[in-house]
Amino acid sequence: MNNTLNLLIGLAMGLNLMALGSGRLPSVIRTVAIQGMVLGVMPLLIEEHIQWLALAIAVGTVAVKGFVIPQLLQRAMRAANIDREIEPFIGFIPSLLLGAGGTIGAVAVARVLPLLPEHAGSLLVPGALASVLTGFVMLIGRTKAISQVCGYLILENGIYLFGLLLLKATPLLVDAGILLDLTVGVFVIGIIVDRIQRAFDSLDTRKLTILRE
Amino acid sequence: MKELLLIVVPFVGAALAAAWPNQRSRPWLLPIVGLVHAVLSLWLLLAPPPVKPGAWLAFDPLARAVLPAVSLLFLTCAIYAVSYLQLRTERPNRVFVALMLMVLGLLSAGHQARHLGLLWITTEAVTLAAVPLLHFNGTPRAFEATWKYLLVGGTGVALSLFGSFCLGYASLHGGGNGDLTFTTLTSQGAGLSRPWVLSAWVMILVGYGTKMGLAPVHTWKPDAYGEAPAIVGAILAGGVTTVAFTAILRVRAVVHAAGSGAIADRTLIVIGLFSMIVAALFLLGTRDFKRMLAYSSVEHMGILVIGAGFGGAGIWASLFHVWSNSLTKGALFLSAGNIRRAAGARTMDEVGGMSALTPISAGIFVAGLFAVTACPPFGPFFSELSLVRSGIASDHPWAVGVFLACLLFAFFGLTRLVFAIVDGRPRTASRTTGKRFPETFGVIAPALILMALSVWVGIGTPAVLRDAWSAAVVQLTPTP
Repeated sequence: MNNTLNLLIGLAMGLNLMALGSGRLPSVIRTVAIQGMVLGVMPLLIEEHIQWLALAIAVGTVAVKGFVIPQLLQRAMRAANIDREIEPFIGFIPSLLLGAGGTIGAVAVARVLPLLPEHAGSLLVPGALASVLTGFVMLIGRTKAISQVCGYLILENGIYLFGLLLLKATPLLVDAGILLDLTVGVFVIGIIVDRIQRAFDSLDTRKLTILRE
Repeated sequence: MKELLLIVVPFVGAALAAAWPNQRSRPWLLPIVGLVHAVLSLWLLLAPPPVKPGAWLAFDPLARAVLPAVSLLFLTCAIYAVSYLQLRTERPNRVFVALMLMVLGLLSAGHQARHLGLLWITTEAVTLAAVPLLHFNGTPRAFEATWKYLLVGGTGVALSLFGSFCLGYASLHGGGNGDLTFTTLTSQGAGLSRPWVLSAWVMILVGYGTKMGLAPVHTWKPDAYGEAPAIVGAILAGGVTTVAFTAILRVRAVVHAAGSGAIADRTLIVIGLFSMIVAALFLLGTRDFKRMLAYSSVEHMGILVIGAGFGGAGIWASLFHVWSNSLTKGALFLSAGNIRRAAGARTMDEVGGMSALTPISAGIFVAGLFAVTACPPFGPFFSELSLVRSGIASDHPWAVGVFLACLLFAFFGLTRLVFAIVDGRPRTASRTTGKRFPETFGVIAPALILMALSVWVGIGTPAVLRDAWSAAVVQLTPTP
């Protein structure tokens, strides 16, 4: 079981690097969608006795992260008529290097942190840290609002991975609440992206510079 | 039971507002719900209910020490909102009224949350519910501000979730059973895994610090406060930031119980002083009086966490300052909103001589300036005085020195800008329209009430409030 889980986490970490290295928005969105689905099935691997609520959360996560949010982003992308990240603040090769370095660093840091015996040998902690770092690189390094939202999603995926450590111990009610909040959050972001597109006729966040000191 | 009503009543009000058919009468729901909420919270302040140790939601001493201030601020803002929304009949107010009430309900839940996960859920929900309030004006600038608020604030709350998970894992690692109420976490004490507690503290401080608007993660604040309607700015500055501050206080108590309190307090003092320095520098430079309020808010958030870092009497002073700051900031935001509407602009380059055009609002604005820069007889003077005394008593002379210097520079910056707007020859951007802004009772009275409350909380601090703050300090000081 642990091996399957680690394989999936490794896959998610690979998808991080794919998202960092790609300049085409459709493929970034697709990468994030696949990562979301991979994450969505993980709770089923961890729980030994699958309850209906856990199943519902897994189905919900896959549906929202794998289909609903990517659809939303793709619509925004088509409306804005862009499909490429041109002139990012941090280029694709440097951000790939940062991501790779971050992944190695995450593995190193995770060794220092004490883990419970049942989590020893699991990639959850390094996977979570690497995804959070990847998310930060994309949030800071990209200029298109859609890429930044993708970065935010990867950041959230990282935190979700970490949350799996607590899955058995905490009531599922809390997980459900957290998932709901995140979903609504991304919906709201999607709507604002749409409004920015209409107000500024662009999704280039470099144009959002009226407000400054 | 009454403590649950604090949450339920605003939610019912929000549902009513969403279904209410009439655009003109809908805003009246705000003061009605605000009044019920204020009565309930003051009642609970006078007669605190018993707290079950394992409860996820309870009107505990910390909620009792802070929530009534938020409630009073909301009530006065709600009264203002009725007149404000009558001035803005061109914009539909269904979403605005419903979400204002949602924010009130979520703030009540957040202040009463005694569970790590529940606290995070409510904070995130408040963040999201405030989004449509921020772009109520619908201008491109408002959307720009909203985008920055969402991205910076969203990253902040994501980090605080990460920190909450780390704290949860610290508890699991220390043999906990997954019960993440603050009571249980505190009672685990030194059993919590130290590396995880420290990671959690860093991320929670950055995460909830973003929500509070501490430097260097305050960048959303000037934009959001500058573009949002005055009432929204007041609620954000006096209510939403308070939830984040109580979250930091609750987690700090856990970190103290885990035996890493000295590190936590040092980081609080450093980040607080840094916020004050950054705020003072920007206050000396800004030319926009609504952004000025945001930097002043950054400064006061710095003051709050410095007090928390002093511990004991410092926390008492911080809770006092939550009251004086919320009430004073409310008066400043509302009077600034009037001046902004009358002048049609927000920078000292375009606006001047407002004491002739809107004499009452300008008067309140100047009084608010003296209040917020800690001049007697207003509340902030007394709360900051007790904070300075606690700093000296707890042997932090350097911190107190920097604190006082920042207050001085902030005073220079604020007076420079406020008097440039209030004094001189009348000059506005909207003079060509020829219509003068009427200072009606509805837009003046709320600001005056808040100013009066600010004086009252400073000079005549009631014994019940002092007791409430002391009880909260006891709650937040774990006995080893």
